[in-house]
Amino acid sequence: MANWVPLWLHRLGSPPVFYRFAGAVRPWALGLAIVLAGVALYGGLFVAPADYQQGDAYRIIFLHVPSAWMSLFIYGAMAVAAFVGLVWRIKIAEVVAMESAPVGAAFTFITLVTGSLWGKPMWGTWWTWDARLTSELVLLFIYLGVIGLYHSFEDRRQGARAASFLVLVGAVNVPIVHFSVNWWNTLHQGSTVRLLGPSHIETSMLWPLLTMMAATKLYYVASLFARVRADLIASEGGKGWVRELLAGRDGDAA
Amino acid sequence: MNASLAMGAYGFYVWSSVAVFFIVLLIDTLAPLARRRRNLRELRARIARQENRRRPGTPPSNESNA
Repeated sequence: MANWVPLWLHRLGSPPVFYRFAGAVRPWALGLAIVLAGVALYGGLFVAPADYQQGDAYRIIFLHVPSAWMSLFIYGAMAVAAFVGLVWRIKIAEVVAMESAPVGAAFTFITLVTGSLWGKPMWGTWWTWDARLTSELVLLFIYLGVIGLYHSFEDRRQGARAASFLVLVGAVNVPIVHFSVNWWNTLHQGSTVRLLGPSHIETSMLWPLLTMMAATKLYYVASLFARVRADLIASEGGKGWVRELLAGRDGDAA
Repeated sequence: MNASLAMGAYGFYVWSSVAVFFIVLLIDTLAPLARRRRNLRELRARIARQENRRRPGTPPSNESNA
């Protein structure tokens, strides 16, 4: 077994190492995300043909579906980090879990709004209390609950622990969102892209979608790392490494 | 080009979606950068206050009251 992987992970668990690592990775992740999003949107909005049923309105898919994937993916990442934080009391894991929530909430919000903007011309309504839409709205409320609970404690680590429990309890909603289109009769269309079996989509429409998926994943990394850095400055403020940072030898504290 | 920008009859919905996507993510990008700067500024002020509390002439007590 490659021994350096756990060793590397172990070192990343140290706040100053993670702070520096995040600072080095963030601009590259963000830059690549912007480039990929530009390419994906060009391909999706201008190159791909119009849908035979939905015309040009279907192009909202290139924003809506990657955002929806991220709303669930970030929840998964947050749940793993929350579990690690609760079981092994690793501070970085707690911070990663707590700082994932606002990014997840942002993507969930985008999913709901773009879905609404897609639903109005296609279904004739901005909103309906259907299984997929309702469970995604519940997901947004869970994200907001996690953020609120985290900030309602005087002691940050206590807040992180309480909110991490909420993250694990709320995880039951993730499969409900995902399978809602199969379990219930809903207005929402079924999955277009599948991991198993053939996707119901043309290549010219698929590649912008997958490129956007990569862009949003990279964006999550960039946003999460910026948030973790901001959080560590406050929560590690009394530690020597932050004081050294403030003394500004590497110019990183500007 | 104008025809493709119009998105059939759906220009409003498509471009509103694009706008929402980028505005929300722009706010999400800028907020933590501002928060990090604010945290650094507050920490600097706190350290300065601690320094001031020490009387001139006494040796610094090696980063105690953290």
